[in-house]
Amino acid sequence: MNPVPDIYRILPEVILTLTGVAIMLVDASIPPAWPRRYLGFLAAIGTTIAIWASVWQLSLPEGTGFFGTVETSAFTVFFHVLICGIVLAALLLSLDALPTYSHHQGEFYALIVFGAVGMCLLTSAVELLLVFIALEISSISTYILAGYRKETGRGPEAAIKYFLLGSFATGFLLYGIALIFGATGTTQVYQAARLAPVAQNQPLVLAAMALMLVGILFKVSAAPFHVWTPDVYEGAPTPVVALMSTAPKAAAFALLLRVVYEIFPHLRSVWEPLLWIVAVLSMTVGNLAALRQQNVKRMLAYSAIAHAGYLLAAFAGIGSIGIAAAAFYTAAYAAMNVGVFAVIVLVAGYDEQLSLIGDFRGLIYRSPLLGSLLIFFLISLIGIPFTGGFFGKFYSFSAAVGGGAIALAIIGLLNSGLAAAYYLRLALVTAQRPAEDEPARPMPHVGPAAIAAVALAVLVTLVLGIVPGATLHAAQSAAHTLQVPPQPSEAPGIPLQSGQ
Amino acid sequence: MSFLQHDVPLNWYLLLSAALFSLGVVGFLIKRNLITVFMSIELMLNAVNLSFVAFAYQWHAVKGQIFVFFVMMVAAAEAAVGLAIIIAVFRARATLAVDRINLMKL
Repeated sequence: MNPVPDIYRILPEVILTLTGVAIMLVDASIPPAWPRRYLGFLAAIGTTIAIWASVWQLSLPEGTGFFGTVETSAFTVFFHVLICGIVLAALLLSLDALPTYSHHQGEFYALIVFGAVGMCLLTSAVELLLVFIALEISSISTYILAGYRKETGRGPEAAIKYFLLGSFATGFLLYGIALIFGATGTTQVYQAARLAPVAQNQPLVLAAMALMLVGILFKVSAAPFHVWTPDVYEGAPTPVVALMSTAPKAAAFALLLRVVYEIFPHLRSVWEPLLWIVAVLSMTVGNLAALRQQNVKRMLAYSAIAHAGYLLAAFAGIGSIGIAAAAFYTAAYAAMNVGVFAVIVLVAGYDEQLSLIGDFRGLIYRSPLLGSLLIFFLISLIGIPFTGGFFGKFYSFSAAVGGGAIALAIIGLLNSGLAAAYYLRLALVTAQRPAEDEPARPMPHVGPAAIAAVALAVLVTLVLGIVPGATLHAAQSAAHTLQVPPQPSEAPGIPLQSGQ
Repeated sequence: MSFLQHDVPLNWYLLLSAALFSLGVVGFLIKRNLITVFMSIELMLNAVNLSFVAFAYQWHAVKGQIFVFFVMMVAAAEAAVGLAIIIAVFRARATLAVDRINLMKL
């Protein structure tokens, strides 16, 4: 029997759900004239407690709860802490960035927290039904958040594009789940993993894997499933972009790791070349398109596509080396991307009067702090040593080389050089002395909560770049738990369906 | 009583499901009205439901049927949000034509 109470297995999710419900209730019961800003602090406190609860879960014996539907292991804790950290930074950022007059501010914070519930659940689900529901919880929350500036024309446009393509992708993932159920008679991940290699109908297993990969690659915005990304990132409010360019992607990559390394390890000869092609396409398409962008958020959207490609290169790595590299890259990418979008929120404001690269000219003279922070995060995105971006790329490409995909690593390195061009362009513009006749641009307003968010991103980027050992160790133990799924006796409750 | 078992083989259900799913995908790609595009997505989800029920019958596993209920519930939640977003689009742009939702382009 499982000695750990089931509720401990989902403690962070429970805390986040209670926080979200509390925010909704308080929001509905206080007079309309009162400020809603303090609800954001409530959300931040709840998220902090959830981080603590995730870390505490490490002391539990590894295993599953609720009849083999949720798992706690070093893998789930790694991604829980990462996702909750991103959510915390996004909340702190929104606290200062949202204008006080904006409508439905309470719901905004509640939706972020509910989205975090779905993303956390997605990383710990080992039952495909729960995977589907968790994915929808996280997606539906982010669909609404993407369209939050509905008074502008671009807000609803971003939301509808995100919604339609996201639901389209979910349809593919769901069809894949249906076929794996048809091939093996179960939707529990460990049982499906055991039965998939011996299933009678191997074409069905193959089709299931292909459809699930399509669905997940849509969610991580890898080429050729990336077309929605630039439009959504441009139209959505920037604090939301800081969240949704990182946290749902981290969750989706966790799901991708679980699907390819845990359910379909025997089909490695099929999915490895597929992911190889997708990785090369994502890097090249993302970087080439980013070169010709004038809008900063669009440029960073294409850069996000390229980074998904670098991350997918780690999947060429063998076993736990590849998983650890992918997990580490996810963390490094999240830290620097949240940071760069945080700086853009602070410079451009919620209404985004400044959106073009030219608008950032002379930023370092207007605000030395924000200007140097922007340059710092851009340097990390390029992948220069002593930043998290360097070690992320280093581990990812070494994993690819270790797995024999030397060409992939070379293409990745060439792409990194290409990417430096557009990152440096923005960095140089930031450091340029403004022209005499240039119109005066508003001074950025920076509040204490936003400073905390940016400081968090800077700290994590620096820690990952200077002392990556601890995080790498965590990623390796996460990889180990994913590679060795618990024995059948640890997933009680569901007898094997033996067929006819 | 057991006409499913004798008269209509499982494969036919799966083929029907695949055909409906493909119709949904094609509709999503070629239709030019937001509501119709959204309906195509619902068609895809319901095609998957048919697969689940057929497989549940094959395996004598109730899990597949439970899955269908959850898919229907999630589809309802998605429809609520989706239609709200479509209304927001219509208010902002006064059109539902996909080709005219193009404020942001390369």
